[in-house]
Amino acid sequence: MSEILPIIVAKYNYWLYIILMMIGLYAMISKNNLIKKLVGMNIFQTSIILFYVSIGYKTNATIPIIENAHGDSHSPHELIIHAADYINPLPHVLMLTAIVVSVATFGVALALAVKIYQRYQTLEEDEIRMRLTEE
Amino acid sequence: MHWQIDLIILTFTIFCALAAISVKDLLSTAILFGAYSFMMCLLWAVMGAVDVAFTEASVGAGVSTVFFVAAVFRTSRRTKD
Amino acid sequence: MRFIALIIVSLCGGLLLYATADFPAWGDPNSPANSYLSPHYIQKSIEETGVPNLVTSVLADYRGFDTMFETAVVFCAGLACFLLLRNFKQKEENFYRHIPTGVIIQFKKGDKTLPVGKEFEHIDTEWIPYDLIIKTVCRILIPFIQLYALYVVAHGDFSPGGGFQGGVIFGSSLMLYAIAYNLRTLVQRVKEKLLGLFCAIGVLIYAGIGVVCMALGGNFLDYGKLSQILPVDPGHIRAYGMLGVEIGVGITVMAAMVIIYVNIVSIGRHDEGL
Repeated sequence: MSEILPIIVAKYNYWLYIILMMIGLYAMISKNNLIKKLVGMNIFQTSIILFYVSIGYKTNATIPIIENAHGDSHSPHELIIHAADYINPLPHVLMLTAIVVSVATFGVALALAVKIYQRYQTLEEDEIRMRLTEE
Repeated sequence: MHWQIDLIILTFTIFCALAAISVKDLLSTAILFGAYSFMMCLLWAVMGAVDVAFTEASVGAGVSTVFFVAAVFRTSRRTKD
Repeated sequence: MRFIALIIVSLCGGLLLYATADFPAWGDPNSPANSYLSPHYIQKSIEETGVPNLVTSVLADYRGFDTMFETAVVFCAGLACFLLLRNFKQKEENFYRHIPTGVIIQFKKGDKTLPVGKEFEHIDTEWIPYDLIIKTVCRILIPFIQLYALYVVAHGDFSPGGGFQGGVIFGSSLMLYAIAYNLRTLVQRVKEKLLGLFCAIGVLIYAGIGVVCMALGGNFLDYGKLSQILPVDPGHIRAYGMLGVEIGVGITVMAAMVIIYVNIVSIGRHDEGL
């Protein structure tokens, strides 16, 4: 027991992120309603973004905006910047693009769902399959 | 950064995600989904990713919820599962 | 089906949980993600580009090519919603009310339409309540939201923000206008052709800046070469190139959000909505 506790304390947040990912994956596979599947897809995407952003964190570091840089417009070379003082900005940049793409995908998917409802008058997947084979 | 804040907000996030996929009314799903997005934004702000938190607040808890409610308005509100 | 889904999910989750044993400790400054390229970005960003916000400088300058394609993706999403849902046929049944007398007229087959103005007004088939408080408050609030959106775009270099966030906030102010008043009011004030034009102009601004840099003798999106045409000192020219590019991103995102909302909420007919 005493050797498991340091492992849990060090890695518990990764475990919670993986639980969130699996909730999203379960909703995508097993739900019948199309909009519930979309919610599952979005939960999956945001939990992966959360995991990715968390690997850029550094303890005792501040947000990635350089301090005292605004007024010194004549001497930017005199600032001594240590890389360990600022949080890694690279995962933030990649995940910003991921959030933008995720909202664009969500909008198009909702447009498709509205179009499907207009045609088949239902959003449940098994009823749509039945009405497709009847035609 | 305190691990207590992190743990509490993460627990709320998991509860919101579980609730959003289990309720039978799609308008409640939309609101719970907005709450889940807002919890994510808080997590990122606590971790120091301020740009990502700003984007998620404006996109997830703003525009995405409005799209969802608009789509539920034009389709049905009840669901069987 | 649910049983198979549970098995798949637990297998996948078990594998991932087993893989977390190899991850670096959380918050380690020497982890592999923090060691190779990001110290260069952190240390050299302010002397090469002059922008304190590290995320904006990496997004719009060091990785500007990715951001151009992200803008193109948002443009394609707006275009896809328009192509999927837009329906140009008028509705068959129309309801009008004669304002002085209160008589309601219904047209069954929609060949004739009455001119809407002081005498006649449209009635929507879904009952939408008229609320004076919401209209007045939103009318006062919308210009301030738009001003805040412009502030966020302009200050992306110094504080959290940037083109994308400002564009979304501007788009949501227009959506607030549609929700507080009427969808028809928004569509008459901000016409559909104008929105489509804005959506395309943003991507054109972004790619255009890149082509101008190439025409002046440098690489694509090499902002340093812009100092031959802009009267700015060469230490700050990259910051101005970034500002131009962020404006392009903001315009495209604003137009795409409004196009997606208007098409989803009215199923393409642009007449009634939330």
